[in-house]
Order: sequence, then C-alpha cells, then structure tokens
Amino acid sequence: MLSKRIIPCLDVRDGRTTKGIKFKNNVDIGDPVAMARFYYEAGADELVFYDITASSDRRNIMIDVVRRVAAEIFIPFSVGGGIRNLEDMRDVLLAGAEKVSVNTAAVLNPAIISQGAEAFGSQCIVLGMDVKRTQPSSQIPSGYEMVIHGGRTPMGIDALWWAQEAVRLGAGEICLNSIDADGTQAGYELTLTRMISEAVPIPVIASGGAGVPEHLCQVLSEGRADAALIASMTHYGDYTIREIKEYLSRRDIPVRLTW
Amino acid sequence: MSSLVVIDYEAGNLTSVIRSLKALGVDGAVTQDPSVVAAADRIVFPGVGAAGKAMATLQRLGLDRALKDSFQRGAPILGICLGAQIILEFSEENETPCLGLLPGRTRVLPQSPGLKVPHMGWNRVRFLRPHPVFVGLPPEAEYYFVHSYYPAPSQESMVLGLTDYGVDFPSALGWRNLAATQFHPEKSGRFGLRLLENFLAWDGSYAE
Repeated sequence: MLSKRIIPCLDVRDGRTTKGIKFKNNVDIGDPVAMARFYYEAGADELVFYDITASSDRRNIMIDVVRRVAAEIFIPFSVGGGIRNLEDMRDVLLAGAEKVSVNTAAVLNPAIISQGAEAFGSQCIVLGMDVKRTQPSSQIPSGYEMVIHGGRTPMGIDALWWAQEAVRLGAGEICLNSIDADGTQAGYELTLTRMISEAVPIPVIASGGAGVPEHLCQVLSEGRADAALIASMTHYGDYTIREIKEYLSRRDIPVRLTW
Repeated sequence: MSSLVVIDYEAGNLTSVIRSLKALGVDGAVTQDPSVVAAADRIVFPGVGAAGKAMATLQRLGLDRALKDSFQRGAPILGICLGAQIILEFSEENETPCLGLLPGRTRVLPQSPGLKVPHMGWNRVRFLRPHPVFVGLPPEAEYYFVHSYYPAPSQESMVLGLTDYGVDFPSALGWRNLAATQFHPEKSGRFGLRLLENFLAWDGSYAE
C-alpha cells in the first residue's frame, strides 16, 4: 500500500533557512544543507525548499544550495519560489532537485506548466496553489479563490477550475496551501483539500495549518490528501517526524516507519 | 578498476543517479555513445518519460543495439523506472515496440477508485526470490515510485518482487545479467543505496 508522505518545508533566504531547527540544546541550525540532512535522517519522505531570496543574485545562491543538498540526501526534494521560466526550472533540476514548484508564475502564465511538462516530464512539475475562502459567485462557484503575493492579491480565478486546468496542462502534483489556515496551527483546511483532491487524478499535498499530529490525520483521511506539508511543528522541536508517523500509524494511516 | 556507464538517452534527469553512485564511491560516466556502452563492464539504464520517445532516441543514437549486445555478452545491467519497462518486448504506452531483452509487455496501471495515477510516493516490495542485487533489504523497507505503467514479464520466474497498488504489480525484475526496478533506488534512502551497492558488487550471475 502506498504510504502517505510527510514533507517538511524549509524557507530559504539568501542561502539560509529563515527558521532554524531548534534542538533540545537550543542550538539553531540555519544551514539548509544541514537541515536537509537532519530531516533525511529523521524520516522525512520528501523535502520542499521555498526560496524567498530577494537579491538579484538569487538564482546562483539557490542553485548552490540545491547542489549541496542533492549531494547529501537520497530522497526526492522540490524547489519553489521565483521559478519564472524554463531556464529557472532547468537550473534547479540539473542541480539535483527532483521537482520544481510553480505558483504565481503559473497563474500569470499558465503555459509555463505545459512547457515544463513537455521539457522535463509531468512528474517533476508541481503546481503550488495559494487559496483563500470567499463568497461563492458566478466567477468563483467553488467559494475558493486563487490569490498571489502571499495572499494579498486575489486573482478572480476559481481554485477548483484552476486545479483541473493545471492537470490538463500537465501538472504532475498539486501543493495546496490555504491562506486562511496558514500560520494558525489550528488544522488544515479540510473542505478545500477534499474538494481539490477528489477533483483531480494527480496527488495533492495539503499545506497550511498543521499544529498537532491529529491535524495530519484529519487531512490525510477526511481531507483525502496524499501528503502533508509541515513546518513549525518539527522545526521548533515540538514533534519529531517519528512521533508524527507513529501517531498516524496508530490511527491506521499508512506511513513509512523504517528508514 | 572496472568501468561503469550510465546511459543518457535524453529521458529525464540523471543527476540523482550520478550523485547516489558517487556517494558509494563510484564515478559513473554518462554516455550517449554506443561504443562506450559496448566496452563498459557495468551499465545503469535509468529513465523517466514516455516509451515512444525513449525508444526513438535509443534507436537514433544506436544505443538499442549496444544494450542488446551488452546483455548478450553478460555485462551486469540495472534498469530503473522507464529503464525497467522498455527492456520488455512492447509497451502499451504509445503502443511502442521495445528492446525485448525480456519477454513480456509494459502495461498501464489500472484506474481504481481512490487510487491516483501516477503511483507516486513510497511503497513496499514483497520479494519473491533471492537475488544478489536485492540482498539485505528488510521486508518493511519502502522505495520511491513515480510511474503510470509497470513491467509485466511473461515468465513468472523473472518477477523478483511485487508491489501493491490496487493490483500486485512487478516492481523488481531479474533474469541472467539484468536486474531492474520500477522504483528509484537513487531516491529511496539508505535501502535504495544498499541496492545500488549490491549492484556495484554483482558479477552478473544469477542462478534462477
């Protein structure tokens, strides 16, 4: 049986993670390569790096991080943030990432999905979606709207329609982030996740709102997600990946327990 | 020191294969040159993508003949993912005649309720027969898969392991000097690395 994946997400700025892992001895590690190694050994099924570097040299900085991470870990990882064109995708993939994630760039220019899928294969094109709840309307029948710029800019695009359109264009996976749930640690957006996951044939990674292992249990069962993204739950040492997976296993969610 | 080549037929990203071999202390030479393949002591045949385009590229580069010859001369070969599919006679993907190193065909994963295709993520392999490339792997180990088709050899003895995804499909194959995995050992953590290490130490002999 296919295991549900637990995927830590690391935000990287100027080649350093913005939130270090806080170990019991209170030493922060801000080096993304060391954090990747840590999570690889701790049983993460996959990793996501999100580049929030603003400097003009961002590409070179991140490519160097990707290359060093790829030499250290032997599980898949994806890179998102600032992927704007095929060249950006190629650089990241050839540096050793398994997948690239496009979000804003795909909303503004959907052809980047089909071009990426054609050039590198659907399996390495992840569609990142930032979604906000709204009043259902003729324009947004599902009541969930696409937003960009970290949730500040509503796009007038229905999230359900966009997910299905991205599949048609060749996306291989969807990373679905609820702006409403993000940062609350009050649980994933189950209605949204289930709606999207049941509407597309490709895997859906739920993102935003994880605070306790029960939240992952909910989104991986009721929410029909194939994988769950986590960040602060494990970054700050509140839980280990093993604790989360053992909890899920006791609740009959299939997870990878030996690594 | 014996030579190891990784065949590049423009089917996906070889970076992770190369890096995992390097982590095991082996520098694999990436090649598109049939004469380099013909002279290699050991061959890794990876690949991600569609069967039709892959076979066309292999034929254009003359790598189909080089692979068949290398199989005949007994060089240890490891097929990975697409490289575990197009070693059969035929693929349902693009209705493609393939290399035919093993009898059988590559089939599409059946759609079933609640099971997404591609099969993407970590899953177990139930090994049926001992083989030098698959020693030392505990039954609870999981491996990383990404695929929509699977290899189905027509001889049962060539199926070394099965994986459950709606159906039990062959995920580990072996016959003579050829071993193949539908999953990606290079992305499957330490058990995947162990498998690659086993392959590097394998002389290509296999008593069925």
